Amino acid sequence: MADISIRQVYKSYGRTEVVHGVDLDIHDGEFLVILGPSGCGKSTLLRMIAGLEAISAGDILIAAKRVNDLEPRQRGCAMVFQNYALYPHMSVAENIGYALKVAGIAKAERLRRIATVAATVGLGDFLDRLPAHLSGGQRQRVAMARAMIREPQVFLFDEPLSNLDAQLRVQMRIEIRRLHRRLATTSVFVTHDQIEAMTLADRLVVMNGGTIEQVGTPSEVYHRPASRFVGSFIGSPAMNFLAATIARPGIATIRAGHAIAFAETDFTAPPGTQVEIGIRPEDLIVTSPGTPDAIEMQVEFQEELGAGRLVHGRFAEQDFIVQLPAGHKPVASLSLFVLAPAQAVHVFDAQTGRSCRAAACSTGPA
Amino acid sequence: MEHHAQFRTRWLVALLLAPQVLLVFTFFYWPAGAALFWAFTLEQPWGGGNAFVGFDNFTSLFADSFYWASVGRTIVFALASSCLAMGMALVLALFCDRQLRGYAYYRTALIWPYAVAAPAAAVAFRYVFAPEAGVFAGLNAMYPGLWNPAMSGTDAMIMIIIAYSWKFISYNFIFFLAGLQAIPRSLIEAAAMDGSGVLRRMRDIQLPLLTPTVFFLLVINITDSFVDSFGIIDITTEGGPAKATNLMVYKIYFDGFKGLDYSGAAAQSIVLMVLVMALTFVQFRYVERKIHYK
Ligand SMILES: Nc1ncnc2c1ncn2[C@@H]1O[C@H](COP(=O)(O)OP(=O)(O)OP(=O)(O)O)[C@@H](O)[C@H]1O
Ligand SMILES: [Mg+2]
Repeated sequence: MADISIRQVYKSYGRTEVVHGVDLDIHDGEFLVILGPSGCGKSTLLRMIAGLEAISAGDILIAAKRVNDLEPRQRGCAMVFQNYALYPHMSVAENIGYALKVAGIAKAERLRRIATVAATVGLGDFLDRLPAHLSGGQRQRVAMARAMIREPQVFLFDEPLSNLDAQLRVQMRIEIRRLHRRLATTSVFVTHDQIEAMTLADRLVVMNGGTIEQVGTPSEVYHRPASRFVGSFIGSPAMNFLAATIARPGIATIRAGHAIAFAETDFTAPPGTQVEIGIRPEDLIVTSPGTPDAIEMQVEFQEELGAGRLVHGRFAEQDFIVQLPAGHKPVASLSLFVLAPAQAVHVFDAQTGRSCRAAACSTGPA
Repeated sequence: MEHHAQFRTRWLVALLLAPQVLLVFTFFYWPAGAALFWAFTLEQPWGGGNAFVGFDNFTSLFADSFYWASVGRTIVFALASSCLAMGMALVLALFCDRQLRGYAYYRTALIWPYAVAAPAAAVAFRYVFAPEAGVFAGLNAMYPGLWNPAMSGTDAMIMIIIAYSWKFISYNFIFFLAGLQAIPRSLIEAAAMDGSGVLRRMRDIQLPLLTPTVFFLLVINITDSFVDSFGIIDITTEGGPAKATNLMVYKIYFDGFKGLDYSGAAAQSIVLMVLVMALTFVQFRYVERKIHYK
């Protein structure tokens, strides 16, 4: 059990800086997910915690102890790699028990613990196999078992599910969640899959370009994105964005001369500010033609999702998507009138990309 | 789709192949055939061509204690030089794989010796190991008679082993380094997370995964030491002192060209050829097939 404290951590490879001063506190026993696009520095951050990558500047503390200069083995972390990194010349049992063997634990004790852990992940019958003779899902379990057997202070996962097929991925996700409920070990999980992130996380960290965009619960990150990036990155289909200017508190005008209302208690921006309005496709409500201030979108094509229907089109020279609820009949006309409820409208500063949400509500770093 | 260019005329094919066929025939089949011929015949003492003698040349060869002494020395030489060349190469490759500062230069420098011809290296080593000059002159001054490859058979053997291995260290190094770099980085990292230190990781992860390379190189090293040692011996010791470095390959040359016993030398060549072929067979049959983890 341990908490992790990351303070102003930087990482440079030669002259290229890839992590730009990250501050993050990971609580004891929490399941933290780091989410971000490819190349944003998630793995780098995780590997700095693990000790596989040197920290260029800043401090990392595990259980209140500064670990910058400690070897990986002294940090009490166990890691599950994306490609599993199983030792190809060792059997499943030897793979799982390697850490204990290195630690000099007697063979009888080792075998007992291997059997227990293997049973937990359902590998009891495969102990003598070589990794080459296992399926992808089984390999993944070996990798999990190998991490579990050490009873580490911290679990680190670097996209452990991305090599699995969709069905197995969901199943392993549930097993990881179950495992965490039982062991309650501090876990850091890196992924670029937002569904995985939303479903697993106690708290979610959204990274972009080597910095943290927002930290919060999945619900906070979804409902109150701290930046335009978070809004666009979380949620599928992606959030619609419209360039607008603040006319007066609670009202923004889109360039086409349209007014859109937003919750003036939530978003504070002086009149005249250039902003971007963000509206999620699922928040838009279809209304009858001619409704004042309704958004009239040009319909291009539609996608049947089963649980709903996506209408793709254009509005104010920008792509625009509306998600219709299940059972809604296909749109027959060339244009569709929709309304955005004021509570569902997000306002982002056009210059900085940060949310205009009143400071108290913002959960991201300044 | 047609993937191969078609030659319209057969004579063109023959013409293009001819140089290659001629080369292989002149430098391989012809000598090998001649050796076979000599091995099973004996030149008559007063002329009149060669008489077929069956396995007589082999029988007398295997009854010759000098021959077995030469075989023994060849085995000592093969094992010692292979172990030395592979051991040194492995250590250097392990260091290089750690990518310590400046390793790129170091790697290039290590590959160079392989480009040096064996006789040239031998000439250099004759000076390095000369008892009256260099390092050994100093040692000999302190302990008279400590080192003299011209007098001591052991010294001479050590000298040719070192001189021969020197070149093969580069060769082995290239393969070991390639083998080490083919081991996924994440395996090493996983072992590090499992608490394994540098040396332990070498022992538990890197060396076992390097087994295919080790076996491959072992066969190559031994095979080559049977035949490639000729240049080194001829320049440094000429098989001496007192035949202490008279390895199989050198004995063939010596008996054939100095002793003019063509038939005996030819029989020895056939034995050596069979040995090399057997090792090559082992190489293909077992090593290439079995020792791969996939
Ligand atoms: N050894 C290295 N040398 C130079 N640059 C590197 C090195 N390793 C990573 N980088 C760079 O650092 C940045 C962050 O890499 P990182 O592996 O952390 O990305 P990531 O967020 O894990 O991406 P992905 O989702 O694709 O795994 C990338 O731009 C990458 O090019
Ligand atoms: Mg990554």
